Amino acid sequence: MSSALRLAGISCSFPARAGGSPYTAVSGVELIVGEGEFVAIVGPTGCGKSTLLNVAAGLTPPSSGRVEVLGAPLEGINKHAGYLFQTEALMPWRTALGNVMAGLEFHGAARVEATRVATDWLRRVGLQGHAHKYPHEMSGGMRKRVALAQTLALDPRILLMDEPFSALDVQTRILMENELLALWSQDRKSVAFVTHDLEEAISLADRIVVMSAGPESHPIGEFAVELPRPRDVAEVRLTPAFLDLHRRIWDALRDEVQKAHWQAMA
Amino acid sequence: MTRGRLALLQVTLLAGLFLLWHVLTAREILPSFFFGKPLEVMARIADWFASGKIFPHLGVTLLETLLAFAIGTLLGLAVGLWLALSPVASKLFDPYITAFNSMPRVILAPIFAVWFGLGIWSKVALGVTLVFFIVFFSVYNGVREVSPTILANARMLGASGRQLLRHVYLPSATAWVFSSLHASVGMAFVGAVVGEYLGSARGVGYLILQAEGMFDINTVFAGMLVLTACAVALDSLVTLAERRLLRWRPGNVSGAS
Repeated sequence: MSSALRLAGISCSFPARAGGSPYTAVSGVELIVGEGEFVAIVGPTGCGKSTLLNVAAGLTPPSSGRVEVLGAPLEGINKHAGYLFQTEALMPWRTALGNVMAGLEFHGAARVEATRVATDWLRRVGLQGHAHKYPHEMSGGMRKRVALAQTLALDPRILLMDEPFSALDVQTRILMENELLALWSQDRKSVAFVTHDLEEAISLADRIVVMSAGPESHPIGEFAVELPRPRDVAEVRLTPAFLDLHRRIWDALRDEVQKAHWQAMA
Repeated sequence: MTRGRLALLQVTLLAGLFLLWHVLTAREILPSFFFGKPLEVMARIADWFASGKIFPHLGVTLLETLLAFAIGTLLGLAVGLWLALSPVASKLFDPYITAFNSMPRVILAPIFAVWFGLGIWSKVALGVTLVFFIVFFSVYNGVREVSPTILANARMLGASGRQLLRHVYLPSATAWVFSSLHASVGMAFVGAVVGEYLGSARGVGYLILQAEGMFDINTVFAGMLVLTACAVALDSLVTLAERRLLRWRPGNVSGAS
């Protein structure tokens, strides 16, 4: 399998706030996302998972190391990647349709064509009839759907997702996860999915990378998820294979979570 | 309280104040020489509008106000965006902007009169210096508070520098401009009237100055009332535009959907 995204020896340091030493979020990270592979990156809070995604997106230049996208070194913004953010990223002054059209407009698509594609995507995420609502008129789940449609409308080869569903309630979250899998199975984009929720990671991904607690966070373990697809994220959680995998990964993760916990308390 | 009742009470309050004014001055508890008489003030206003005498003056004052308002707002928006997006320029100009803003800018009026003459442009210039800073500061601070996630998202969606300005910074700044426009309307009027007051041959400020010279206090009050009414009208136009343009803003609940 050829790699869609390859991080080699990535370290990221941020300048110190007054008086402190520089903070190294991630250090010596090796990470590969294969073509068409769904990789989940799990780790305790504050382990620099989002930093890694920002590096892969080209938003944060790494302090050292190399990023390769589809075999070529990354320069500037990663044009092959779509990014689904954890926090609200929709433009509040645009309607649902306007937001989904935004990327197409930025790329110079004609208005008619952009409207057609965007309308189709709104339908695919189940928001037909809500096209002219503004973000503040929609629920959190609807806004996430718009954000998903906005990103997918550009048909990126790589999808970077930063705890995209963490702000949703449990039921909506399971719905969204199932829809994400359904959309993903249609054309199998390469996905890097960051989460601190182990269950979410196992039920979605092909492979799970476990990160150590920060600072100088780095991968400490990898687990292949060999659960059959298509999966129903609610049902798959009840299978013995899932529970077994959950236990094994949790064994690796527990110490790191503990470490992060004590650091936060200190 | 319903909106209708509230409006009724507000009108009653106004009528009550006028009644009090009338009673106090009619019985000379307050000397009418200094405080005027509301009925005569009203008669003066009615006469102005009936004879049409007020229109050339009011027209000039409104023209000065609107020009100051428009030019000051556009300049404030442009410079605010520019300085907010250019860290070097912003650091360079920072002390000068602070100094210029703390200066009581009304003292510029005599200089503007020398530079631009006694016509409308010296008044417009004064109004612009007053409006500019209000809009400038709100845009400048507003742009720096644009959500970094929205910016990152727009960049990931392929927005170029120009597109970021057009599709992210500008709409975001518009919200901040509007929050400052209510204050700027009043300031634009201040610029026009103070300018006229200091030297002119036309305008409501000029009328007030003339009347004051003749101790005609009723005309002074009449001028004040006409200006206030115009300022309120202009302010409601701003509110109307705000409702239309900022429909996307939460809390800006309008029926026009």
